[in-house]
Amino acid sequence: MIELSDVHKAFGSNKVLQGVNLSIDKGTSMVVIGGSGTGKSICLKSILGLVRPDSGTITLDGEDVTKAERDSFLARFGMLFQGGALFDSLPVWQNVAFRLMRGSLKRPVEEAREIAIEKLRRVGLKPAVADLLPAELSGGMQKRVGLARAIAAEPEIIFFDEPTTGLDPIMSGVINDLIREIVVEMGATAMTITHDMTSVRAIADNVAMLHDGVIQWTGPVADMDNAGDPYLEQFIQGKAEGPIEAVR
Amino acid sequence: MVILSFLAALGRSTLGMLAALGRISIFAGQTIGHIARPPIYLKEIGHSLVNVGYFSLPVVGLTAIFTGGALALQIYSGGARFNAEAVVPQIVAIGMVRELGPVLVGLMIAARVTSSIAAEIATMKVTEQIDALVTLSTHPMKYLTVPRVLAGMVMVPVLVGIGDIIGIMGGYVVGTQSLGFNSATYLKNTVNFIESLDVISSLVKGAVFGFIATLMGCYYGMNTSRGAAGVGRATKGAVEAAAVLILAANFLLTSLFFTI
Repeated sequence: MIELSDVHKAFGSNKVLQGVNLSIDKGTSMVVIGGSGTGKSICLKSILGLVRPDSGTITLDGEDVTKAERDSFLARFGMLFQGGALFDSLPVWQNVAFRLMRGSLKRPVEEAREIAIEKLRRVGLKPAVADLLPAELSGGMQKRVGLARAIAAEPEIIFFDEPTTGLDPIMSGVINDLIREIVVEMGATAMTITHDMTSVRAIADNVAMLHDGVIQWTGPVADMDNAGDPYLEQFIQGKAEGPIEAVR
Repeated sequence: MVILSFLAALGRSTLGMLAALGRISIFAGQTIGHIARPPIYLKEIGHSLVNVGYFSLPVVGLTAIFTGGALALQIYSGGARFNAEAVVPQIVAIGMVRELGPVLVGLMIAARVTSSIAAEIATMKVTEQIDALVTLSTHPMKYLTVPRVLAGMVMVPVLVGIGDIIGIMGGYVVGTQSLGFNSATYLKNTVNFIESLDVISSLVKGAVFGFIATLMGCYYGMNTSRGAAGVGRATKGAVEAAAVLILAANFLLTSLFFTI
């Protein structure tokens, strides 16, 4: 279980997180929604230790993440970044097998390559893609390679940062289906950040809405449409008028 | 009022510069600390050695040969004012080995390697590749900074040595082909004049300049701000800082080697 308690984070005078409280149960898929610049990514990066919160605690299975041994802690995670974040200088298969080629999970090169090709196949890419460079792939293919990299070491927890941003509706559907299938298949705990409501409905077990630095509403995805929360309602329906200011 | 504003601005920029120097010193200390501790990424080190060393050879060679040739012409025409044309081989040798070789190679490396490192790492930073490295249990300092800085410290002295030889050969070609020097005498005067301290100082300067050039590329790349403008600022800042620090370090090392 991942638990955030009263997490605060500010950048100068910009208070991004102002007391975030959120629980993600093991084996469930939590989707965090909210407008641009509301701190969704900061939330996720705080859990991974990429950003240090100013105050509050974040625990993973009861253990404070700031006190955990970094290597073994990070080995439990996989992450799909918004832009893919593939390493330009490495061919696709080495991107996918990056974690399997160094550190505590190191395997022989041939085995790492085989696993990479199998993961690429899992996300719908042909083995021929393995030897291409990331720059030779389309945006959708890069996202899928990022997804293959995120699941390569079969992590317990997978984070997805804006998995469908910049993709056409069909490719977005493909990525959403893949995420759902993989999370169910691996029994992983998932946390996704998005403002794509189609993704929310396809991926989520539970939804949390972040606004003004706090979790405005959280609950099962099935309850989302009838939650009666004016912030959530405005966001879901994409209305310009409501409690959330359109100009921020 | 104007004087106060001026002094306040001066104070702010001085404090800013000192803070930046402090941050760079901490970054340098962390880099040295990581060099001394495993894991060491040999493949990345090999790649950096080739990139810093082998691919810099053409620019270093061309810079050195033209500088050596021009130096010979200058010393000949300047020396003619007090009948000292004969010292061309000695002054070209000492000028190239002690000063121009290391400094010009250092500046060329700052232009070619520092800029490339800063732009590459800054782009990795703004496209979240550095964050991705962390999530893949790989320390960015060990994976990106250490190989490049090690390559700078190893390959720049080699480039300086090659640059010194090519620069002297540039002077030799000009001296023998257009200034009427005897080939054997030119070479004999050159070899006899250079002392081992000249060569050692040249190579030590190369190692220090290599460290500075690569470190600045990594520092500015790692600390870039967002977007294409951030990458541009990081690249420009890295080259400026590397060039200034190389020239400052050159003065300090020259003082250390030849006046104390």
